[in-house]
Amino acid sequence: MLDLAYDTPKPRVISGAKHDWELVIGLEVHAQVQSNAKLFSGASTTFGAEPNSNVAFVDSAMPGMLPVINEFCVEQAVRTGLGLKAKINLNSAFDRKNYFYPDLPQGYQISQLYHPIVGEGEVLVELGNGLARIVRIERIHLEQDAGKSIHDMDPNMSFVDLNRTGVALMEIVSRPDIRSPEEAAAFFTKLRQIVRYLGTCDGNMQNGSMRADVNVSICRVGQYEKYQETQDFSHLGTRCEIKNMNSMRFIQAAIEVEARRQIALVEGGGEVVQETRLYDPDKGETRSMRSKEEAHDYRYFPDPDLLPLEIEQSWVDDIAATLPELPDAKKARFINDFKLSDYDASVLTADVESARFFEETATGRDGKITANWVINELFGRLKKEGHDISASPVSPAQLGGIIDLITSDAISGKIAKDLFEIVYTDGGDPAQIVEDRGMKQVTDTGAIEAAVDEIIAANPAQVEKARANPKLAGWFVGQVMKATGGKANPKAVNQIVARKLNG
Amino acid sequence: MSDLNKLTLAAARDRLRAKDVTSVELTQACLGAIEGSGALNAFVHQTPELALERAREADVRLAKGDAPDMCGLPIGIKDLFCTKGVLSQAGSAILDGFKPEYESTVSQNLQDAGAVMLGKLNMDEFAMGSSNETSTYGDVVSPWKRGNDDAKLTPGGSSGGSAAAVAADLCLAATGTDTGGSIRQPAAFVGITGIKPTYGRCSRWGVVAFASSLDQAGPMTKDVRDAAIMLEVMCGHDAKDSTSVDMAVPNFEAMLTGDIKGKKIGLPKEYRMDGMPAEIEKLWANGADMLRDAGAQIVDISLPHTKYALPAYYVIAPAEASSNLARYDGVRYGHRAKLDAGDGITEMYEKTRAEGFGHEVQRRVMIGTYVLSAGFYDAYYNRARRVRALIKRDFENVFADGVDAILTPTTPSAAFGLGEMADADPVQMYLNDVFTVTVNLAGLPGISVPAGVDKQGLPLGLQLIGRPWEEGDLLNTAYALEAAAGFVAKPAKWW
Repeated sequence: MLDLAYDTPKPRVISGAKHDWELVIGLEVHAQVQSNAKLFSGASTTFGAEPNSNVAFVDSAMPGMLPVINEFCVEQAVRTGLGLKAKINLNSAFDRKNYFYPDLPQGYQISQLYHPIVGEGEVLVELGNGLARIVRIERIHLEQDAGKSIHDMDPNMSFVDLNRTGVALMEIVSRPDIRSPEEAAAFFTKLRQIVRYLGTCDGNMQNGSMRADVNVSICRVGQYEKYQETQDFSHLGTRCEIKNMNSMRFIQAAIEVEARRQIALVEGGGEVVQETRLYDPDKGETRSMRSKEEAHDYRYFPDPDLLPLEIEQSWVDDIAATLPELPDAKKARFINDFKLSDYDASVLTADVESARFFEETATGRDGKITANWVINELFGRLKKEGHDISASPVSPAQLGGIIDLITSDAISGKIAKDLFEIVYTDGGDPAQIVEDRGMKQVTDTGAIEAAVDEIIAANPAQVEKARANPKLAGWFVGQVMKATGGKANPKAVNQIVARKLNG
Repeated sequence: MSDLNKLTLAAARDRLRAKDVTSVELTQACLGAIEGSGALNAFVHQTPELALERAREADVRLAKGDAPDMCGLPIGIKDLFCTKGVLSQAGSAILDGFKPEYESTVSQNLQDAGAVMLGKLNMDEFAMGSSNETSTYGDVVSPWKRGNDDAKLTPGGSSGGSAAAVAADLCLAATGTDTGGSIRQPAAFVGITGIKPTYGRCSRWGVVAFASSLDQAGPMTKDVRDAAIMLEVMCGHDAKDSTSVDMAVPNFEAMLTGDIKGKKIGLPKEYRMDGMPAEIEKLWANGADMLRDAGAQIVDISLPHTKYALPAYYVIAPAEASSNLARYDGVRYGHRAKLDAGDGITEMYEKTRAEGFGHEVQRRVMIGTYVLSAGFYDAYYNRARRVRALIKRDFENVFADGVDAILTPTTPSAAFGLGEMADADPVQMYLNDVFTVTVNLAGLPGISVPAGVDKQGLPLGLQLIGRPWEEGDLLNTAYALEAAAGFVAKPAKWW
């Protein structure tokens, strides 16, 4: 793997009325495990099913029902841990987090407070322009999702949908290593990219498959370095947790307004209290969800219905052996093997499908040209129609065919764009289309010369001007291209026009 | 034919196989006995039609010669077991009208073996109690009386309905559950046999949970042989219960040889409590003599952490219960309080749970909530868990020294009168479990065998505690004790 050297980004500094303040941010990302069945029941996890149709007896907490761990969900958590270069804990355990809510039928969520399945790991968060930060992962634990309470269907009633109840979540907890709203978004994006590469979470934010709680605190310049030296949190400010955000834009905006709230509070002589807050995007503010007095006492204790979760190192090794190439490695390889720029490599490795498409197209071809075509033409065209790469009507073989026609000088770049459009909308073999439609580039210099002669003869005034000012030669080139239906080899036309005008 | 309900499982089985009697006849005899037993309040839901239907099916199986040991034998099922389509309320008003869509693994195992369910048996609410006085269905009354005294006595709890029904011959046997002594204490109070197997032997799936790390189902029967027969059918690995152990179930009945020569039986000195009635002391000593006479070696042993068992139990069990019972919230099934205008979800929870749970359940939910709460968790729950580990180690040490079983009294007294403890400190009631909770905390098998009567003619039981997974050996020791004790007393029918 190519070693990429990065510079560390500067923390975001906000100037208050009295001091400059730095931001300290940590994320708790909830990622829904990609699995067919729930964490402790056989009920389906399919999104968008009829309300209360994916519910096993244990999900609705019928008396006497017991949870049984879904081994595949454990495997997915291990896979995720390995993808984050994290320590896999061969011994972990489940605890009950007790609270009452109608969409939590058991009256407790089964989670892993004391002994999570995954320990410390790290994520390389790139910010472009050669900047990147390593964000440490504190832990990943498995837990049950809650159901959905619906309060706006009836003035007097609330409704509960238990389809999501008991679906497996991974809570991925970062250290407070993130220093700006942009970094927070980049961290979330990178996590999303990794879990999608791994196939452990679909990353669908709209459906709530990935959402984040953001911890924000502020500190005076220099304090953060003391924290990093000692890992002593007392150097940092009191943090507030902003709950449940499922948009990159909201995450950044919420951090910004929360930091400013804390700065104003502290500079006005107040004190930040540790609490849970909600971000209101309409009003652009965070609001206290519950004060310290109202804070839940979750009464965590080991779930007596479940034995400690013991896994074998050999099983972990088997999973590690099947791990796909991950974004960092893939990007480095693309830069190395295909001579791509950092930027192009980032774009092309943003998701597995794009990378696969590129690699299939670029193999045996020029990497840079292929990258340009994939990024500018194909991605541009797909974006216009709101499609993603998996819905591309152009296959790698077809795009490769187009590129081959360009590099063999069979068609011009301009014709290639027309050809791409034809292939995109009508399909077909590019070489055949070029053949059938007579789109081949005219490289026959005799034919081009004849066309140039004709235009020179017909435009004596233009010839005079062009001889005085060679920059105007382009007009003749344009006329020749027009006359040949764009099929003339532009390089040849340029040369011939220049020769004839000067001759 | 009228006394068919008085048969043991083994006797009835043999007569069924000899075509001497049919399951329908056995079932009708029991249904007749149940009909006249209203004063005992043992059966709370009767399922006569279902019982006769299953009896007819059993007779078909028997005729074909496809007859497992329990085939055609009428039994009662404690209300804590969920039984498909049949009310299953765990003795609680909060499960008012609850008919499960599923059958507990244990009752399914019995059904698969051809056993005939007669109905559901009364119990302390959510199995919390030692006198069967906390049930929403009212007290169970023991078939026993003190001499000529007409006072109603407790059958013990929480499996009080099961105990009374078996002792009064309303069924041939019954299921019970035991979290801190709920099979063994009532068995001792009514003069029958009750075994709590090793934790993990019987599936907990479909059994309404009280304290998950302690709950175990077991049989309550007329003698030790029946306990062996019925336990074998009830237990076995169940993938639906993560704490169920995947271990072969031996033929327990075949292990009943009565030969206990050379077995080492321990008498723990810590169980010799201050103020223990002389009758209990004497019973215990007699039991040791009987086992010695049968060829066992009696040794004094020490289980040094015994005195901490009851407090630890009354931290751990309520802690788990407070969480297990959170699901009874009025949202999905069972009782929901009528709400006033303006009431929200909090009021719904509060009113539903205040109305649906009885006082003892509320007390334990509150204790459990308290011991798990922030700031108290380490002082109570974690300390109790450490004590639990020490108690387990006490037993392990003794077994490592070659002790095969431990003999103790089952209870510190004979049955008391209903209402007699009404004004007592709840801790007085909890003391009933003092000899039995250690066994649950350590996850061991324990059996209570009737071994004598007190001076008022009430039954007294002795408890044998065995090595984990060695129920067969434990049952054989109990079998020898039973033979030596020769307990034959039966309550005079007054109901």
